[in-house]
Amino acid sequence: MSRISTYNHRLLPWLLLAPQLAITLVFFVWPALQAVKQSFLIEDAFGLSSEFVWFDNFNELLHSEAYYSSFATTFIFGIGVTLLSMCSALLLAVMADRVIRGAALYKTLLVWPYAVAPAVAGVLWMFMFHPTIGVMTYLLELVQIRWNHSLNGHQAMLLVIIAAAWKQISYNFLFFLAGLQSIPRSLIEAAAIDGAGPMKRFRDIIFPLLSPTSFFLLVVNIVYAFFDTFGIIHAVTQGGPGSSTRTLVYKVFDDGFIGLDLGSSAAQSVILMFIVGAMTIIQFKFIERKVQY
Amino acid sequence: MFRKTVGALALSLLAAHVQASTEVEWWHAMGGRLGEKVNEIAEKFNASQSDYVVKPVFKGNYTETMTAAIAAFRAKKQPAIVQVFEVGTATMMSAKGAVYPTYELMADTQEPFNSSDYLAAVTGYYSTNDGKMLSMPFNSSTPVLYYNKDALAKAGVEPPKTWEEMGSVGKKLLDAGYKCGFTTGWQSWVQLENFSARHDIPFATRNNGFSGLDTELAFNSPLHVKHITQLAEWQKEGIFSYGGRRSDSAPKFYTGECAMYMNSSASYAGVKSSIQGFEFGVSELPYWKEAISTPKNTIIGGATLWTLKGHTQEEYKGVAKFYTFLSSPEIQADWHQFTGYLPITHAAAELTKKQGFYAENPGTDVAIQQMTSGTPTANSKGLRLGNFVQIRDIINEELENVWAGKATAKDALDNAVKRGNELLRKFERSNS
Repeated sequence: MSRISTYNHRLLPWLLLAPQLAITLVFFVWPALQAVKQSFLIEDAFGLSSEFVWFDNFNELLHSEAYYSSFATTFIFGIGVTLLSMCSALLLAVMADRVIRGAALYKTLLVWPYAVAPAVAGVLWMFMFHPTIGVMTYLLELVQIRWNHSLNGHQAMLLVIIAAAWKQISYNFLFFLAGLQSIPRSLIEAAAIDGAGPMKRFRDIIFPLLSPTSFFLLVVNIVYAFFDTFGIIHAVTQGGPGSSTRTLVYKVFDDGFIGLDLGSSAAQSVILMFIVGAMTIIQFKFIERKVQY
Repeated sequence: MFRKTVGALALSLLAAHVQASTEVEWWHAMGGRLGEKVNEIAEKFNASQSDYVVKPVFKGNYTETMTAAIAAFRAKKQPAIVQVFEVGTATMMSAKGAVYPTYELMADTQEPFNSSDYLAAVTGYYSTNDGKMLSMPFNSSTPVLYYNKDALAKAGVEPPKTWEEMGSVGKKLLDAGYKCGFTTGWQSWVQLENFSARHDIPFATRNNGFSGLDTELAFNSPLHVKHITQLAEWQKEGIFSYGGRRSDSAPKFYTGECAMYMNSSASYAGVKSSIQGFEFGVSELPYWKEAISTPKNTIIGGATLWTLKGHTQEEYKGVAKFYTFLSSPEIQADWHQFTGYLPITHAAAELTKKQGFYAENPGTDVAIQQMTSGTPTANSKGLRLGNFVQIRDIINEELENVWAGKATAKDALDNAVKRGNELLRKFERSNS
């Protein structure tokens, strides 16, 4: 008697899958198809007249300097957020892992920022660094740093990176902490007995054993930085000054919702879809191989 | 049983209410105190008659309100009235199948209406070339110069009338220990659009876009370049200090950091309630004396009410009645005095004068004088450019590069013109 034959109902698997399939179809596949369709059209804002233009919208993007510079901006932003949030989270997790008294309290406090809505987080940082009334601006002035992110593109970029990373640290922290706690104590103790110092133990034992967690977080963080930081950028800089913080996702919003150029905006979303797909494949195909499980 | 009866009763009452009055939805972008005032106006209208109920809905800032209305139109859920800022005018005008022009609406519903009751400088922006009003003016403003009276007195100077004077006044302010001479809100609107109007030079070809969609931007003329170059130099010296897009620079003036501030006349209420420990005055926007002896009028900003198609005749009757109510001298004068927006009718301006408002609040009439001195020329009538929201963003970006010292005024303006023209061509293509 085979165990599998218990479920030889034809309809049942589909029925069980149906809710998830329906959600995917309605909230992902259908809008994605709409975007593809829209990307081949040039339309006026109200949708009263529309012209099928094949790849004109894409062509225009590929000849637009602004689009390439947005790519570069996104890249810098993505790397910055991922590095900053993962490194700080790892540091905090290692610290928290050692704490014995009050550990629960620290952990709870460290997780808080994750519950803050992106727009609220943005406003918070915007106020702290406000060029005229910000607390941090005032303090920086004391050490002769003039902070004005509405004028200085590098400062604006730094600020959105910090704000976006700050929100993601909690998430990374949780995973790193869980990863650390699943490392068998006996391994670390054995290394300690063999004379390995804390740094060596971390480099040779803990970090390699954390690599599955790190890899997972790398994917999540890059995707977060690329696609999930719209709210923060919108609240802090709105893509400015100049176009120094206008990431690809922000540009989709800017061109579509502010500029009402739906064709170009849709074409950009389609390109983004391809990027996410490609990125995921690359990450799992090439990086995963080097990860030691 | 009791519950059922009450429920049925409530339902029938509700139905009776719906039958008795036609609801007219009005999407607007007036937040804070202005929003309260908008609600008050709607309530007054609703109380004044029983056939129609105007329901104001706040939809966020101007851009958000406009996009929301457009998205709603595409989904066939549009409101009858939507408030659209002046920058969206060309987009709305081109949407012939979506917009119900005001002059047609008033004629179709047989509502008494005379476009000459309204200030020409205001309606010109929103009329066809033969003078037919397409939308209903509601809140119009124009940029003026606010100044810190105490700071200017301390530096021993008068508010500058010309840009030439601005240089020396700024220097004296710095000498007197101030960190910054002046700042500006809405840089494209104040320093380029109104700058062009005031100096009677085109911002764009084809009469600033009034004569056709094939218009091209022209704000990289020698005078424009000179002005922006000068501002960039002043930015370095501290005479000018850039404070961000829209009205983000306001705190610089409120806190006394900058002694002067150029922004909309409608900022009056905000300035009055936010300044800390000094007196302020209002004067006209400066001009380059070497370029023009008598400056032209400035152009308007702000928003008008557009009627959208797709509603019943009965609702449109309500809209027309509401527009008449909104234009009445009492409502207009009150709105004007409360907000600092311009009165849109001659009657409202006169009523305000008669009530002694200008005498009591010196400076509130500067905007009107500046708007109505002389007849508007082709260069000072207004702007009608497609994709203007994006073009303004491009201008913002390019100007920010100038203020940060990353680009020269000439390169930045040339670049902005070039990038803006691409958007104009795109608009021409999708609307012809």
